[in-house]
Amino acid sequence: MKKVLGIFGLLVFICVATALMSDRFLTEFNIENLIRRSALFGILSIGAAFVIITAGIDLSIGSVVCLVGCLLPWMLVEHQFSVPLALLVVGLISLAIGLTHGLLITKVKLQPFVVTLCGLLFYRGLTRGIVQDQTQGFRGGFQGLRELSQGEVALPGTDFGIPNPCVILMVVAVLAIIFLNFTIYGRYMLALGRNETATRFSGINTDRMTILAYVICGMLSGLGGMLFVLDVGSAQPVDFGNFYELYAIAGAVLGGCSLRGGEGTIIGVIIGAAVMQVLKNTITLVDAIPTNIEYAVIGAVILGGVVTDELVKRYAARRRAAQQAKLDQ
Amino acid sequence: MTALTAEDELTAEDETPLLEVRHLTKRYAGVAALRDVSLAVTKGEVHAVIGENGAGKSTLMKILAGVQSQDDGEIVMDGQTITIGSVERALQYGIALIHQELNLADNLDVGANIFLGREPRRFGLIDFAKIAKESRCYLDMVGLDLDPTTIVSSLPVGVQQMVEIAKALSVDARVLIMDEPTSSLSRHETDALFRVIESLRSQGVTIIYISHRLGEIDQIADRVSVLRDGENAGHLTRDQISHDAMVELMVGRDISQFYARTEHPIGQGVLKVEQLRTEAWPQHSINLEVGAGEMVGLAGLVGAGRTELLRAIFGIDRTIAGRVEVDGQPISTLNARHAIEAGLAMVPEDRKQQGLILEMGIRANIGLPGLERNRIAGMFLNRTQQRSDSDRMIREMRIKAPNDAQEVQYLSGGNQQKVVIGKWLSMNPRVLLLDEPTRGVDIGAKQEIYRLMEELAEQGVAVLFVSSEMEEVLSMSDRVIVMHEGQITGQLNRSQLSEEAVMQLATGSRNLTREA
Repeated sequence: MKKVLGIFGLLVFICVATALMSDRFLTEFNIENLIRRSALFGILSIGAAFVIITAGIDLSIGSVVCLVGCLLPWMLVEHQFSVPLALLVVGLISLAIGLTHGLLITKVKLQPFVVTLCGLLFYRGLTRGIVQDQTQGFRGGFQGLRELSQGEVALPGTDFGIPNPCVILMVVAVLAIIFLNFTIYGRYMLALGRNETATRFSGINTDRMTILAYVICGMLSGLGGMLFVLDVGSAQPVDFGNFYELYAIAGAVLGGCSLRGGEGTIIGVIIGAAVMQVLKNTITLVDAIPTNIEYAVIGAVILGGVVTDELVKRYAARRRAAQQAKLDQ
Repeated sequence: MTALTAEDELTAEDETPLLEVRHLTKRYAGVAALRDVSLAVTKGEVHAVIGENGAGKSTLMKILAGVQSQDDGEIVMDGQTITIGSVERALQYGIALIHQELNLADNLDVGANIFLGREPRRFGLIDFAKIAKESRCYLDMVGLDLDPTTIVSSLPVGVQQMVEIAKALSVDARVLIMDEPTSSLSRHETDALFRVIESLRSQGVTIIYISHRLGEIDQIADRVSVLRDGENAGHLTRDQISHDAMVELMVGRDISQFYARTEHPIGQGVLKVEQLRTEAWPQHSINLEVGAGEMVGLAGLVGAGRTELLRAIFGIDRTIAGRVEVDGQPISTLNARHAIEAGLAMVPEDRKQQGLILEMGIRANIGLPGLERNRIAGMFLNRTQQRSDSDRMIREMRIKAPNDAQEVQYLSGGNQQKVVIGKWLSMNPRVLLLDEPTRGVDIGAKQEIYRLMEELAEQGVAVLFVSSEMEEVLSMSDRVIVMHEGQITGQLNRSQLSEEAVMQLATGSRNLTREA
């Protein structure tokens, strides 16, 4: 919980600092847009968090976003699929991708990094092949469907509304929190991420839980891909979703997930994802920071975050050891 | 070696020790692993250091070999106080440690291993001719007629051990520390090792010999130092060395009290293993039975297939054939989940890797195997049950911790082992499998673990335990099953039990199943 407060403090600090340095930050348009982007990346980060908690990694998130983001308008516009059918297809594709990753990692015993790196290359290449490198868009149609991303839930009595992606994120987050903290399966994932062997020795089918984590990540990547393309209206297969896996992973790590596994909270991850988006926004809005050093700033902030986390952890470890030593004497 | 002969004359008369540790203290996270330990070894002696698991032997040896540093006390070599602190420095002083688990890069050849990190070079490239020539000389010293270009992994364990010794000699080791060198050697290989030790002793090399096999120590040691609970328990000179004297010092209390056995009836076979073939030893099928309330020891050398057998019974490793029954009910498919449902529990060999999730709290660890059984509405955690289970275990097992959320990594070895046992006791098992249950725990915790095992047996639980500690096997078992190279070579009941009888079966020099 302290960790969540820490990262939340960082988010508040960046927001306040940006608001002080730029009068464009606190405009209705900017805030709404920021919430929308943060929510979309938050969904991806939650997916990434599940695999990271099992001590895995998913590098294919961005390519899955691209695949789903291009195939959805391609099916709807080019091939006149009905909306439910197209949604079913992208859902099944996402499920199949997660399942394949999980099976390759647990049954064939390949490393997550390798499997999902191949996925990163494969799905993008596949997408570009299927749509022949042509930009896929809704061409002004499907406004009802696009409301999923573009619409908002009005807050009664005000002019403001909560962007729909944010509502979707909240639903996903609540389910994820319940799953991770209140079900035995969530506990299994945390346990196996820490120590797969000991978890297996406790009679738990760790393979099944690992596969489930990749399925969750695949599904959330697919959901993210769909919402992204509904938001912007078109997808260019060459670069749509490029590097999104890194934003997703960075958000999860900044939010308190350890790549060593077994650690992380959903709230933290959502805030971590938001920090990434606010930072990007800050760099764009604040004239004192040149836009071309964007990546350097993001990299430095993440590094600072994890170093602080490590130091705090070491301090806590020393305290606990001392506490125990007193007892053992 | 040549440098030593001159020194020889100097040290021979006055008997000043070659290496001495004085009042050594070492704490881990505040807990003392060694307290005020002193020890002196003279040139050319075989000095045995013995003690129960967790007595501090390995900590002492790690300090001497520079793997760790002491917190207090001094080390004196040739009359000079020295600071070791690193393996490189230890080697410079001529102190080399041969680990129980061999530390060879077994993908490389013998010569490469002997000169690893000190490769002679010519024009900047490795001088293979020189490696081959000098390797042969060191291999000669340990009585090995071996081509230095042989790949290490193709050699039997006993020979690998000799290579390790040759490697130590190649850095002019004056003090050679051997940690349980015979734990995976056959009788024949052990004899060969003893001949090498004899010859090294006559060349003036000092050997610090650590072993659980008191028979061996009786055979080769000049002096014995005994550690107990991180402290000096006593020293024995050659004429004082005897099995009983050593055990008395190691345990430091009445032995019959220490190994708490009571008479209780042994019931019907609870655990029945039939025709089981493990992947490790597919050519041998295993049959065994453990009765209700019976405590069966599984003895053998390291690598005899005991751990693999337990893992197969518990369904962690795949089996090729055979079946496991609990109370007459066969377990359908052997996997850990079904095994647990059938009433099996297993305390694994490697507590930190297999038994516990170190970064999780005591409560979470104890609750882990029962999450599924206690779940609410099909999938939700039963926190109340978890809390009451862990409270009960912490109380009954006297686990020392500030609270039940304390991460188990901060507990002492003994308390950690109690958590592992506790997590299974909360499942009320019918059969308890234990693999080296007292490895690395202090003597107090050890006694408590024995007490727990005994209590469970009294309640009718079938207990099958693997142990490499002879005293433990001899004292705790109602019956001992001995394994050698993947097969059971015999069973000994209490009246037939002796260290010799176990060792004969363990080293394969006798096979009761064939005799019968």
